[in-house]
Amino acid sequence: MLNKFNLCKMTVLLSALLSAPLALAATDNWQMNMYKGVTPLSKEIYDLHMIAMAICGVIGVIVFGVMFYSLFHHRKSKGYQAATFHMNTRLEIMWTIIPFLILIGLAFPATKVLMRMEDSTDADVTIKVVGYQWKWQYQYLDQGISFFSNLATPYSQIQNRQPKGPWYLLEVDKPLVLPINKKIRFIVTSNDVIHSWWVPELGVKRDAIPGFMHEAWARIDTAGTYRGQCAELCGINHGFMPIVVQAVSEEEFAVWVSQQQQVVDIYAASKVGAPTPKTMTRAELMHMGKEKYNALCSACHQVNGKGIPPLYPALKNSSVAVGNPISRHITMILNGVPGSAMQPYKDQLSDEEIAAITTYERNAWGNNTDDEIQPGEVATVRQNEIQSPTIVKKAQAGGFR
Amino acid sequence: MSHALAHGNEHEAHGPEQGKGVIGFIKRWLFTTNHKDIGTLYLWLAMFSFFVAGGMALVIRAELFQPGHRFVDPNFFNQMTTMHGLIMLFGVVMPAFTGMANWQIPMMIGAPDMALPRLNNWSFWILPFAFALLGSTLFQSGGGPNFGWTMYAPLSTKFAPPSTDFMIFAIHMMGISSIMGSINIIATILNMRAPGMTLMKMPVFVWSWLVTAFLLIAIMPVLAGAVTMMLADRHFGTSFFEAAGGGDPILFQHIFWFFGHPEVYVLVLPAFGVISEVIPTFSRKPIFGYHFMVYAIISIAVLSFIVWVHHMFTTGVPLGAELFFMYTTMLIAVPTGIKVFNWVATMFKGAMTFETPMLFAVAFVFLFTIGGFTGLMLALVPADYQYQDTYFVVGHFHYVLVPGVIFSLMAATYYWLPKWTGHMYNECLGKWHFWLSVISVNIAFFPMHFLGLAGMPRRIPDYALQFTNFNMISSIGAFIFGFSQLLFLYNVVATVRKGKKVDGRVWEGSHGLEWTLSSPPPYHSFVTPPDIL
Repeated sequence: MLNKFNLCKMTVLLSALLSAPLALAATDNWQMNMYKGVTPLSKEIYDLHMIAMAICGVIGVIVFGVMFYSLFHHRKSKGYQAATFHMNTRLEIMWTIIPFLILIGLAFPATKVLMRMEDSTDADVTIKVVGYQWKWQYQYLDQGISFFSNLATPYSQIQNRQPKGPWYLLEVDKPLVLPINKKIRFIVTSNDVIHSWWVPELGVKRDAIPGFMHEAWARIDTAGTYRGQCAELCGINHGFMPIVVQAVSEEEFAVWVSQQQQVVDIYAASKVGAPTPKTMTRAELMHMGKEKYNALCSACHQVNGKGIPPLYPALKNSSVAVGNPISRHITMILNGVPGSAMQPYKDQLSDEEIAAITTYERNAWGNNTDDEIQPGEVATVRQNEIQSPTIVKKAQAGGFR
Repeated sequence: MSHALAHGNEHEAHGPEQGKGVIGFIKRWLFTTNHKDIGTLYLWLAMFSFFVAGGMALVIRAELFQPGHRFVDPNFFNQMTTMHGLIMLFGVVMPAFTGMANWQIPMMIGAPDMALPRLNNWSFWILPFAFALLGSTLFQSGGGPNFGWTMYAPLSTKFAPPSTDFMIFAIHMMGISSIMGSINIIATILNMRAPGMTLMKMPVFVWSWLVTAFLLIAIMPVLAGAVTMMLADRHFGTSFFEAAGGGDPILFQHIFWFFGHPEVYVLVLPAFGVISEVIPTFSRKPIFGYHFMVYAIISIAVLSFIVWVHHMFTTGVPLGAELFFMYTTMLIAVPTGIKVFNWVATMFKGAMTFETPMLFAVAFVFLFTIGGFTGLMLALVPADYQYQDTYFVVGHFHYVLVPGVIFSLMAATYYWLPKWTGHMYNECLGKWHFWLSVISVNIAFFPMHFLGLAGMPRRIPDYALQFTNFNMISSIGAFIFGFSQLLFLYNVVATVRKGKKVDGRVWEGSHGLEWTLSSPPPYHSFVTPPDIL
């Protein structure tokens, strides 16, 4: 086993040498086994995995041992005469029952771990995780915090125009911060298609199903940064929606919570009136617009604005992106198109960012509208959108339904 | 008798005359109702698809050779993974085994032909059109299906390109073809056996196909239903798979895997059958535990219907369901184990020689069992939470499908090709093909287990730097494997055209009715039923 391992490493090393410019990451580039992880569950899973592998190894050695013995000794070239036996009921029954007993032995620990996994009661912190194409939203239900977590790797690194950073494709703009030694309950759901929220070191993988919520839990015992990825094919940028969990001590967590922006009551806020929006120069708008467009929009509408029609329409020369009124363009970004990959961005992007993206889209790829959209214009459209829901009494809603 | 013989010899080489020239050639193959001709058509279709879908695999591996965007964009990458899966399943393994069944079953049970020859013709000729439809999706606006061969809703319904409808129709046609082929196989096996050939005297290959055909009849309508519901969700305003309309995305997965898991055994049971023919021949010893081999095939088939949720453990199915499906999945290891033990016991104390078919069969037993071990590990729900949707799973199913099923197809081709053509293949080239394949297949697929355990999800076009090394190794292995299959193609073509003449028996240790016929066999295999001892 050890020899095989070394041999394997050697062959690999040779091929790796051919690719010298690889930046060395802080992780084990030759990791062959599962993460032991930092939660009780991930450790139990690891143990179960090792037990199963050991049992398979032992069975393999016995079966292949007999096989290779015959392969070497029972050859015609060695003058071996074939025996004629072709059945033995006792033997058959034996090799039916023994594996069955081994399986029962394996089922016990598996059942025990599984029952603990499914018990997410008595949680200290509850996080709602919502999958979007292609980012995660984290809502701290008790703390009133909500934010989106996007891939932070620059587009130029993906295009090989810049050297890749050590956490290439495993870095986000805003990580999920969690306290250690607390039972954390994750409620996982999705906004569009099925995603899967997976952090190997937490031992948590839960599919995000649109319209349904499912639970998982973790109790992290070591502070640190843990990284994962979406594990269910969810469209074009499935490989580009990482998860970063930052586990901190309870005190640090409390400090972090106090620094976060609380979710605002948009209905109350709209009555007060928005703060004066800032004005940006054309260059600022175009620069920020290009950056944000390439990060968020280019998966579908493509860097060249040509899209992948008919599913993802082109923005180059499109009636929305060059036509009037401009508010139609802004509304499209704010509210999206229900039931399609075009999701509402009003909660994800600030007025400045939407203004920048709109300006960029109206002036890039030969869309020479020369329009310049200021954050104030976005704020106006946004304000007009907000309508407080009317509370309807059950009796009024009645009728023959 | 003499009349029948003369009739047989007349058509031996070229089948029924249909005129001369290109038109004659087309008519001869288009209208043929002969089991061998149709078997040949199936096998060539499979060979062609094998290189098409294999080419797609190489596009995938080329993109994954290094991190970063290299050759294809993520959308095209996803189309490649989808089409690779669909074509390998429906275009390679299933037609190849149906072709083997067509050639071999009448010869193995002492029949002149299949029971329903015209149906046989139709069930083949649907397929080229189905694959033309499926292949055309890649050239349509918006691109081909890009949601994986598992086509999970709602990615495959509201978020899918318009060409999805073509894929749905292609799947309907493949389903019809499979169902008709299965009906034909069942009718042949149950009605056309030579007098004295009782069910428990049938070769294991025939048994495996009898069971497989029943599986196919049970599951293909389920798949057809699933894709029809997809179609309805896409165009007719239904909400089978949409929570907002009262449906459930998970419903799709339940229906799909109710088809999908028995489908796995549709692919692998005939492979078991092939291996059970090859190993006794080259061990010069009858198969060990014939009855248990047959019972094992039947119990695997029955169990395959009650394990489907093991593909969806992370979707949030309730604890009770997780436990039930974990236990049933583990239970499949028992009959599978019986098969492996019996193959080893057949080799034990045999007088083995290692011609190419035997080499592939031995590699099958060894490497398929490794795939079986990882399968057992995947059955353990808590561990599955870490394996699910990672490269560990990709490694697992490629071990059972490539050095498993594909190797058994190679073994079968080398084993029966001399019988079919009357020519011996090039043994030296066959050995080169074997050794290159068996080494490269491990270089390609073994590192995938490491990648999955270290946290690499499947179906991603780009990956973090820590996964670079093993991905490079895997890509190198994949390219060696892909190109060594050209040796196989060359060897088969060369053997069909010419080669050393062989007698009817071909192999020293061969037993069974097909070896009592001449090589190549007469056009209507057994015109008079043979005597069964």
